[in-house]
Amino acid sequence: MIKSFRGGIHPNGSKNYTASKSIEIATLPSKVVIPVSQHIGAPCVPIVAKGDCVKKGQVIATSPAFVSSPVHASISGTVKDIALYPHPVFGKCLSIVIENDGLDEWIEGIPLTRDWEKLNAQEIKGIIKEAGIVGMGGATFPTFVKLSPPKDKKIDTFILNAAECEPFLTADHRMMLEHSDKIAIGVKLVMKVLGVEKAFVGIEDNKPDAVIAMQKAFEGTTVKVMAIPTKYPQGAEKMLIKVLADREVPSGSLPMDVGVVVQNVGTVVAICDAVVNGIPLIERVTTISGSAIKEPKNLLLRIGTSFEDAIENCGGFNEPPAKIIMGGPMMGFAQSNLNISIIKGVSGILALTKKDINNGTQSPCIRCGKCVSVCPCGLNPSMLSILGEKDMYEEAKLEQNLFDCAECGSCVYVCPAKRNIVQYIKYSKMRNNADAAKKKEALAK
Amino acid sequence: MSEVKLQENLFTVTTSPHIRAEASISKIMWSVSLALTPAALFAIYHFGTPALFVILAGSLSAVGFEYLVQKLRKKPITISDGSAFLTGLLLSMCLPPSIPPYMAVIGSFLAIVVAKHAMGGLGYNIFNPAHIGRAALMVSWPVAMTTWTNLSGKVDIVSSATPLNILKQQGYSKLIDTFGSAPQMYKDMFLGFRNGSIGETSTILLLIGGIYLIYKGYANWVVPAFMIGTVGILTWICGPTGLFTGDPLFHMMAGGLIIGAFFMATDMVTIPITKKGQIVFAIGAGVITVLIRLKGGYPEGVCYSILLMNAVTPLIDRFMKPVKFGARG
Repeated sequence: MIKSFRGGIHPNGSKNYTASKSIEIATLPSKVVIPVSQHIGAPCVPIVAKGDCVKKGQVIATSPAFVSSPVHASISGTVKDIALYPHPVFGKCLSIVIENDGLDEWIEGIPLTRDWEKLNAQEIKGIIKEAGIVGMGGATFPTFVKLSPPKDKKIDTFILNAAECEPFLTADHRMMLEHSDKIAIGVKLVMKVLGVEKAFVGIEDNKPDAVIAMQKAFEGTTVKVMAIPTKYPQGAEKMLIKVLADREVPSGSLPMDVGVVVQNVGTVVAICDAVVNGIPLIERVTTISGSAIKEPKNLLLRIGTSFEDAIENCGGFNEPPAKIIMGGPMMGFAQSNLNISIIKGVSGILALTKKDINNGTQSPCIRCGKCVSVCPCGLNPSMLSILGEKDMYEEAKLEQNLFDCAECGSCVYVCPAKRNIVQYIKYSKMRNNADAAKKKEALAK
Repeated sequence: MSEVKLQENLFTVTTSPHIRAEASISKIMWSVSLALTPAALFAIYHFGTPALFVILAGSLSAVGFEYLVQKLRKKPITISDGSAFLTGLLLSMCLPPSIPPYMAVIGSFLAIVVAKHAMGGLGYNIFNPAHIGRAALMVSWPVAMTTWTNLSGKVDIVSSATPLNILKQQGYSKLIDTFGSAPQMYKDMFLGFRNGSIGETSTILLLIGGIYLIYKGYANWVVPAFMIGTVGILTWICGPTGLFTGDPLFHMMAGGLIIGAFFMATDMVTIPITKKGQIVFAIGAGVITVLIRLKGGYPEGVCYSILLMNAVTPLIDRFMKPVKFGARG
């Protein structure tokens, strides 16, 4: 029996929209808008100019910084514009607009075939870095950085995060069914880079077909495929590590501090493509779903495709959506319009109606304690929301472990008083950070 | 650098999460009232129309007072959320069936206006409003609050006193005599054929309501289990003729313990928010109940025990914080 993590919720999975639909290749967009910052870390600087002709897979922006990741052209065509464009996470970002020439030509040298089993760890890591691979579950942390832990951190376990606990999303699920061979190679490559023997694949038990596919793919290896009880936020790194490796990442520390590295399904598929065939990260599988979408699908989309083009591939809307979300409904980012680019971290695009959202009017906390019992981080969300409401953010930090909140949203989901708990928590964090920045500035003077 | 090429805002933009469960305050409150309904209906059957009048006066006036106060405070009117009705219902179920209904109205006034809205309204009150109403009436009209319906002829017991009264004043053997035999006593107390406050007599119907609430997730099992358990264990240990000679079964079913443990001590607003805190609360309430019953001047102590533990709830919350993830290392 697997011991689950503390707390958590069971929202309606809503995965039926797309769980049984094969990954479909989207029609090529007439243009792509590629932001130079699609990762956590230093933004890249464009190395192409307006009017340049670029080929698919060509590097168009790079950065000398360690924590960064290069950006490639996802179609062949002409650079039309380099300017600020809307960005799904940062609001706006310097972006490179490429007009499609319809030829979809690779840059010379790609694709190729590498004898991946002969590569050493350093070579693999180099390829991952050059291919612009970042965490594709949504965090978009540069993958090669995650695979380069400091010398004093001894890594002994690799975990493939295949939980996909967010409602609606099925991209990882479909990849496990359709690309199990690539996942097996990708995991082997990561294990080689990390030099570990022990590895787990954590899949929620609401995807039994994926569990079988993975068990088959990893037959006869040291990789253990585990079906774990479905519960949100299973896919949070710290929760998954607790469940699979029975290690609790100390507050304020990283998974590598307990000897574990976690990667998402989409990321290892991208690693396989990059290492075996030399293909950089220029496309990704994204779930387009929600009750406002006519034909929900799992689409293989080029980076830089607009949300509008992606939804067009699904027949458009069947009723006016109230919210458009990048990612899942629990932690995704709401968008104001459809003129937004798909970036490397877009695991889903959801079009939700008013009925899906089920918002209500916020009323005072009745202290029912539901939030406390579902909080996977062991906090008192009720108190944090009250302190946030009263602008007592310092007390929230000092006495209520404000910064341990992972913002998973479980508390908001269950709250009968419809309180905006996570919203207050984010606000309190911002106020604390602003104060800290001010203090730092004053010290510098 | 050129301006950002933004389109107009077409969709609602908020931070995550974007979906919520269907739970709501009114669902919780009306469910608790529903859970009390069987016991209330039995009370009307058992005690007759006076009980009905007290219940109606208490619950309806509570709703009326809530409306008036919210009007005066210029707050949104939330009488439809059921919390005022529930307070009035709970209060009247803790009153003797024979009291004049106007006293129930005054009790509701104290519960809603003083205990609830003077503290800030739903969610901000420190004390259980229904119990404040009852305690205030107890102090104001001690005779009316301790005069019990004469049930002679209605049931096969001859008594105008509650079982706990008889125990306090005449002792355990007299108590058994009143019912005829010990098994008969347990049976009558379990089914509800005894004297007492309107809603407290039928153990089985209150249990059904309480279990329904626990099943629905609107109350947790921790508080009733620990409170009733504590009373059982302590009354068994501290028996009338030496250690371990008590009658825990009688004490667990007697007085307002069942209704108090399942419906008052589970009032979310006035009890600790963590499970650990709730255990401390429940044990504390159990200990005080037993102290009052066995050593105090009153025959029953559930109401005061819960109010006293309400008072230390903020303190319990301060010391019994949840342990954050990663603190154990």
